[in-house]
Amino acid sequence: MTQAPETVFGDDVVAKAQELIGRYPESRSALLPMLHLVQSVQGFVSREGIAFCAEQLGLTEAEVSAVATFYTMYKRRPCGEHLVSVCTNTLCAAMGGDAIYQKLSEHLGVGHNETAGEPGEPGSITLEHAECLAACDLAPVVQVNYEYFDKQTVESAVELVDKLRNGERPKPTRGAELTDFKTAELQLAGFFPEDEERFAADVDGPSAAEETLRGAALAQERGWIAPPMPEEGSRG
Amino acid sequence: MADTASKTDPLTPVLTKRWLSPDSWRLSTYEQLEGYTAIRKALRMTPEALVELVKEAGLRGRGGAGFPAGVKWSFMPPNEDKPHYLVINADEGEPGTCKDVPLMMADPHSLIEGCIIASYAMRAHHCFIYVRGEVLHCIRRLNNAVREAYAAGYLGRNILDSGFDLDITVHAGAGAYICGEETALLDSLEGRRGQPRLKPPFPAAAGLYAKPTTVNNVETIATVPYIVNGGADWFRQMGTEKSPGPKIYSISGHVERPGQYEAPLGTTLRQLLEMAGGMKDGIPLKFWTPGGSSTPMFTAEHLDVPLDFEGAAEAGSMLGTTAVMVFNETVSVPWAVMKWAKFYEHESCGKCTPCREGTYWLSQVLERLVEGRGTEEDIDTMLDVCDNILGRSFCALGDGAVSPIQSGIKYFRDEFLALCESNKRELVGASA
Repeated sequence: MTQAPETVFGDDVVAKAQELIGRYPESRSALLPMLHLVQSVQGFVSREGIAFCAEQLGLTEAEVSAVATFYTMYKRRPCGEHLVSVCTNTLCAAMGGDAIYQKLSEHLGVGHNETAGEPGEPGSITLEHAECLAACDLAPVVQVNYEYFDKQTVESAVELVDKLRNGERPKPTRGAELTDFKTAELQLAGFFPEDEERFAADVDGPSAAEETLRGAALAQERGWIAPPMPEEGSRG
Repeated sequence: MADTASKTDPLTPVLTKRWLSPDSWRLSTYEQLEGYTAIRKALRMTPEALVELVKEAGLRGRGGAGFPAGVKWSFMPPNEDKPHYLVINADEGEPGTCKDVPLMMADPHSLIEGCIIASYAMRAHHCFIYVRGEVLHCIRRLNNAVREAYAAGYLGRNILDSGFDLDITVHAGAGAYICGEETALLDSLEGRRGQPRLKPPFPAAAGLYAKPTTVNNVETIATVPYIVNGGADWFRQMGTEKSPGPKIYSISGHVERPGQYEAPLGTTLRQLLEMAGGMKDGIPLKFWTPGGSSTPMFTAEHLDVPLDFEGAAEAGSMLGTTAVMVFNETVSVPWAVMKWAKFYEHESCGKCTPCREGTYWLSQVLERLVEGRGTEEDIDTMLDVCDNILGRSFCALGDGAVSPIQSGIKYFRDEFLALCESNKRELVGASA
């Protein structure tokens, strides 16, 4: 049953949608962030969500649907409290990603893009296998709500989802304190915590994996440097 | 001119040097470590002089294609009859590629400073950073850096009293590999399905909103402030004549110490492996990619190929994104190729027939083959399908899709054949 968009998306969401439109020279550019915004409210892109974007942007529902169905991150069915993505592209798969995905699928009793538990309820988890997540030096990689949990094993991944099911929020290897899928989607729409301290804490969440710094650290250890710049040379 | 790579240290940290500092992502750290000194210099130069400088430095695009950045910039119209746009391609998604994400997490201000200089050089007053959606922490750091830069007067109106205005918008994608293709990225940024456009017109003539636009990769633009500060000659001390400069090599897979290693262009896998501690557990190397899954694979025969744009091409592959994925002897080549084929099938945008249908069927045939239900004929069928995709697709995704298959069969045909062994057609009566 489809509800009228205005009963699902309140004035605050309308205000955010309008703010998104204001960020671009042409309004339609706000569609991708607006679809993230819609997901932050409902945990997926619903029929009402499509109607809402169409109304805000003066597009047809067909035009919005065409875009929403093109991109992997827009979910067609309600997502769990958390979205767990396991990279199963070749390199991660060879390093253990396939085994992790298979085990999680078995453990949670769900397949790709399916949810263990009642979607949106505490502890519910949507599982997906993902394409390359740009962290290959930290393979195999898992993400929860798009925060990185690097160098996972079958055991650590099972422990991770069990904690999520228990309502715990394990700390990502790289990223901010874990929230939930809807909050992550609000940030992807471009809305970060208004409280400065909270935002600063999120921004400061860890990122410098040992692997990230390996080359720079090795160079430092061995005294290897780039050629000095001319001014530096004349100064020194 | 002779190879100059040997004249420098094996690692030349330029872009990655600041990463070691605590809180390297903060404006205060960046400013302490010579950050935002290049824009002061650049904003006193003319846009033309900056384009010339980048041309002289020989900076080539770090997103995979290696097109000279200064030349690309020079395609932008010299007048401002229409608004100009700079768009940063931060849609890092080529399998194996993991350099831009750590760069934007560790040192987002270097990208912002590069954006300011490049925008000024191309007379753009609005710059978009199109980041793939799956890297939330990176998006958060970029947003924070943009906020800090506005507050400090590096962005906004009349930057550092130069009279130059610039706004930067960080834009999150939504999960589509094809948006790494620059015209698909522009369609996506306009709020459409990310499908590539017919070229010409090129983006410099009609790009974002049909206005003059340049799309550059993150690492390319983050390199620009160093060129401004160090000069073209300094930059050319690293790398080779045609492929100058430092480059972030991302080493992943079966090595002891995977990670990001910034070395002069032209460094070989043998040198990289030495720095990365060699093969993991001593299990020998079987195959590797020089620059992501779209670059034809190499084998142990190619340990000494100079990894620059020319060297990789001469040896039959491409430098791509210097995403060095290393696989040892335990990995089945047909399996690896099948996994990549499924990736391209999933990511094909569906616009053109050779790629949409071809990647679908290649994936089906490979899956069957890996499950032991293939025949020798399948190998020829696949090569035939590859021929019909390569050079006949609308964009480079199709070309990329056939790379692992063609190169896999070229170097490891026996492994594909072995999978078909049990399905050889017996001649009637032959076993009698």
